[in-house]
Amino acid sequence: MEILDILLTASFWAAAVRIASPLIFATLGELICERAGVLNLGIEGIMVIGAFAGWMAVYLGTGLWTGVAVAMLAGMLFGLLHAALTVPFGLSQHVVGLGVTLLATATASFAYRISLPEVTSPPKIAPFQPFEIPLLSKLPIIGPAFFAQTALTYLAFILIAVVAFVLYRTPLGLALRAAGENPAAVEAQGLSVTAIRMGAVIVGSGLMAVGGAFLTMSAFSSFFFEMVNGRGWICIALVVFGAWRPGKAALGALLFAAFDALQVRLQQTPMGAVVPYQVFLMVPYIMSILALVLMSRRAEVPAALMIPFNKGER
Amino acid sequence: MRLEPISDPTALRRFGLPAGALVLTVLVASCLALLAGANPFATLGLILKGAAGSKFALLETLNRATPLIFTGLAVAVAFRARLWNIGAEAQLYAGAIATVLLGTGALPLPPALLLPAIALAAMLAGALILLGPVLLKTRLGVDEVVTTLLFNFIMILFVSYLLEGPMKDPMGMGWPKSAALDKAARLPRIVDGLRLHWGFALAILAAVSVWVIQTRTTLGYEIRAVGLNAEAARFSGIPVGKVMVKTALLSGGLAALAGFSEVAGLKGNLTLDLSPGFGYTGIIVAMLALLNPLGVVISALFVAGVFVGADSMSRAAAVPTYIADILTATALLTMVLALRLTHTRIRWS
Amino acid sequence: MGGAKAAEVVLRLDGITKRFGSLVANDGIGFDLKKGEVIALLGENGAGKTTLMNILFGHYMADEGTVEVFGERLPPGHPRAALAAGVGMMHQHFTLADNMTVLENILLGTGSLLSTGLNVRAAREKVEKLSQDFGLSVDPGAKVGTLSVGERQRVEILKALYRDARILILDEPTAVLTPQETAALFETLRRAVPLGLSIIFISHKLNEVMSISSRVLVLRHGRLVGEVATANTDRHKLAEMMVGAEIAPPRLAEREPGEALLTLARVTTAPHGNAPGLAGVDLALRAGQITGLAGVSGNGQSALADLIGGLEVATGGSISLYPAVSGTWSPRAALAAGIARIPEDRHKTGTIADFTLTENAVLETYDTPPYSRAGWMDWKAAENFTKTVIETYDVRCPGPAARIRLLSGGNMQKLILGRALEKAPRIILANQPVRGLDIGAVTFVHNRLIAARDTGAAVLLISEDLDEVIALSDVIHVIYEGRLSPSFPRGSKTSAEIGIWMAGQGFEGDAHAA
Repeated sequence: MEILDILLTASFWAAAVRIASPLIFATLGELICERAGVLNLGIEGIMVIGAFAGWMAVYLGTGLWTGVAVAMLAGMLFGLLHAALTVPFGLSQHVVGLGVTLLATATASFAYRISLPEVTSPPKIAPFQPFEIPLLSKLPIIGPAFFAQTALTYLAFILIAVVAFVLYRTPLGLALRAAGENPAAVEAQGLSVTAIRMGAVIVGSGLMAVGGAFLTMSAFSSFFFEMVNGRGWICIALVVFGAWRPGKAALGALLFAAFDALQVRLQQTPMGAVVPYQVFLMVPYIMSILALVLMSRRAEVPAALMIPFNKGER
Repeated sequence: MRLEPISDPTALRRFGLPAGALVLTVLVASCLALLAGANPFATLGLILKGAAGSKFALLETLNRATPLIFTGLAVAVAFRARLWNIGAEAQLYAGAIATVLLGTGALPLPPALLLPAIALAAMLAGALILLGPVLLKTRLGVDEVVTTLLFNFIMILFVSYLLEGPMKDPMGMGWPKSAALDKAARLPRIVDGLRLHWGFALAILAAVSVWVIQTRTTLGYEIRAVGLNAEAARFSGIPVGKVMVKTALLSGGLAALAGFSEVAGLKGNLTLDLSPGFGYTGIIVAMLALLNPLGVVISALFVAGVFVGADSMSRAAAVPTYIADILTATALLTMVLALRLTHTRIRWS
Repeated sequence: MGGAKAAEVVLRLDGITKRFGSLVANDGIGFDLKKGEVIALLGENGAGKTTLMNILFGHYMADEGTVEVFGERLPPGHPRAALAAGVGMMHQHFTLADNMTVLENILLGTGSLLSTGLNVRAAREKVEKLSQDFGLSVDPGAKVGTLSVGERQRVEILKALYRDARILILDEPTAVLTPQETAALFETLRRAVPLGLSIIFISHKLNEVMSISSRVLVLRHGRLVGEVATANTDRHKLAEMMVGAEIAPPRLAEREPGEALLTLARVTTAPHGNAPGLAGVDLALRAGQITGLAGVSGNGQSALADLIGGLEVATGGSISLYPAVSGTWSPRAALAAGIARIPEDRHKTGTIADFTLTENAVLETYDTPPYSRAGWMDWKAAENFTKTVIETYDVRCPGPAARIRLLSGGNMQKLILGRALEKAPRIILANQPVRGLDIGAVTFVHNRLIAARDTGAAVLLISEDLDEVIALSDVIHVIYEGRLSPSFPRGSKTSAEIGIWMAGQGFEGDAHAA
């Protein structure tokens, strides 16, 4: 059984964790937005702009962490645009989200072209290097899989706990969840629904951008136009799959990444000679749709998701 | 800050605000030109000239507008019913596949029947592609935004498989492309010698038909009712699920016609780059037209003009052609905002 | 309360005016609330009570006028300032997040948003103490989504008390409560007064106002039209002040009931979200008779309405229509069977706001001649029909091509009524037909229903307003947890006796088995 052989190798799990990392950032970002009541379809474009901005900063000579910060800022800027249009003005979250995706993607392409008009093959940067965590990395399979990753991967996993803590254990998290469930409850307690929702979208977009930056700064070291390739949309499916809970959503991302890593490896087996490679590449998208179908029956959608709130409306 | 509705906006609001959105879009374009180190006026002039400055440019714009009218109509029809079909790209390719399958000798029909038969088959293919996500929505409550989006990626991979496998052109020197359509399966040019095919006329016909459907038929009435208030529609006895499915069939079929018209009218075969995102751009076209089918024609011409003009401009100036994408996205966002502000007043507290 | 002369003024409203477009919702309203006092704010739907309280609490900004709490002027438009000054408001619609626990809901917005943790233990202790002091038992760890309506209201009150509110505003708190829950609420309020709280109680129910308040303020058309000590008035005088004149109750001429047009026998349906479904209901709607359905809301009224309206199918029992219908039960089948429906919510289900009057008028008939043939609409025919309805039912509107969202509630309801009654229906399902309408529109709707009854239609009137049911019905059923009481002929039961059935008594032994 080739599949079993693959599942027992450490490199397979290391790859799964690596593939999951950008998805975790972006999924957490989307989850924050949706928990506050805003569907952010700008995610795909914001990941692109994050991938570009982080990479460009490093290419121009900043440090890697500065690059991450630049990516996050770029994402927050587009998040601000999304939030300003959808929250106080209550414009369609579908339309604005898609608009933001188109705008962010085009902005990245445009900026890439004017900064590097002559290049034909995309230049490389020195990306984050994996570092082994003493002791833990010596564990069999788990060690190399989880504890010999890059700093950004560790950050992704730490963020799961941070987001969960903020959502469930702090006043801010309470307000954010209430804003997505019944904004009138937030308003009645003298808090500003607008501020909370805008803040959530801006911060969430920042995380999406870091997810994009992972691709150029930890996974591939170059920027390509098509590099995000639907990952943002997959993250939206993952949020649903995770029932709007950070832990479950991250678990979904990991599961999903495992399938992705598996399909890449299966292409190298005798099976890959029979089945066209396109079928393997379809797996992630088909998986996402299946996840949505599976979860449709018992989804715990935030009750006010996609419903604009206008203060003092009669 | 809070918003208060205005029941009767003034003419200044109704025309001034959308005009303002347009001005803002042009300003953004100028800034982008400056950023790229070019003269904004010259850049805008080149775009304008490239879009409509000559007979050739104009025909090019009309050709580019053709698939956008179809995808714009597809989106407009679906969004009217609040069916968020973001998968026009996949439906377009489905139509293109059907066109190639039937247009390369598989259908022994006289020429007069061949093209209509192919067009119908293409529509059917596109409609079927959208049927899946819609049934998932009406039966299981699965959000169609994500499913239709993901279908786009699946479809492109499927096309890639077809072009490297069963549909590969044996004479294609290894390139992933399909065999060329038979002569009889090609859409002829409207006027001999002018590079504009009957696909454009078909697009206009489609726009008028959709307009008639929406305003004059019971189906159009049902679609609008479902889109504006599904609960009231259900209460009144309108079969909401069935209307959604009918809308999907219409929408998918329209998007597929874009693929049909591109293959049969322009390209003559199927390649992986048949559509540079016509399905996605269709969303912008539809929104700029406020989902009005006749407006779709105008906004498609505008958007096509921007793209064709930018292509031509970028050959002459150092401004990347992606300026067109930024422009249309900006036009979309500023226009939806302008329309909201037409009907609401901001009150600061 | 004793020592009135020394009582401190805790709240003062002065000259509050608020306009929504051309409508003046509040017109120069001013009054004082003293410490330990319970004021009732009485008025019909649309008199401006809720608007006034929303201004006081900072949800709306007044166009003119000031609010003072404990002598300090409140900045307009800031709920936070009102909360900090000790004002707690219980809204008509609960402001609770269903996916959070009781404690989380209470803690929402209490501390700084930026603090890093929640002191859950201390909060739980405080909530438990408050629960005891005020008789508000509720489990702090329960998810709000799982609570009953009465429990949710207790959470709302706890929320205010947790923030040390000194002034409580309750907006129509009893609309969704059973009589027992109402009694428990009043008990809590009576306990709160000696502890130094002051209360504004908003209602349009006269008996409640008489029972709980020490002073009554009456609002009419946005104006304060009367102010009396409760001890010096009675229900009649208050009613007169509220509506401006003694209103003649609708008159029903004696009439022999005809055959049963719709009969339900031991019908059951699936539960409706939190509300129960029907549990073995027997009901006969007879020609020429108004059958009234009384009951506290959420006891299965919507299940019954949806069943008869075609939106739902029964899971058990049998339904017979006379004459019989075949095929699946659906809204269309119901319409074809001659059932006219006046839905509970005219904005959400009755009309489509962005459709014109014409488009709304044919909403139930658009696919039948003369409005459409072979899939093509005949807009001329639809417009002619609309013009007829506008004229016959006195719908005040700019014209048939105007969007219906521009109409007032009363005119919207008249269009719905016309749409339903112009088809000369055999059965009329009127679900809360006058909710939120002004007196003129109420009388109009009632007279139309009576006229339909007099020409032989079977009418089912569902209403939360017991007085309305009693005034209009030939026979009355009470619905409680999906079960129906026996039918009570007109005049056979007093409202107090029906109220007992509404609280669930009489059902215990299962009336059907007897």
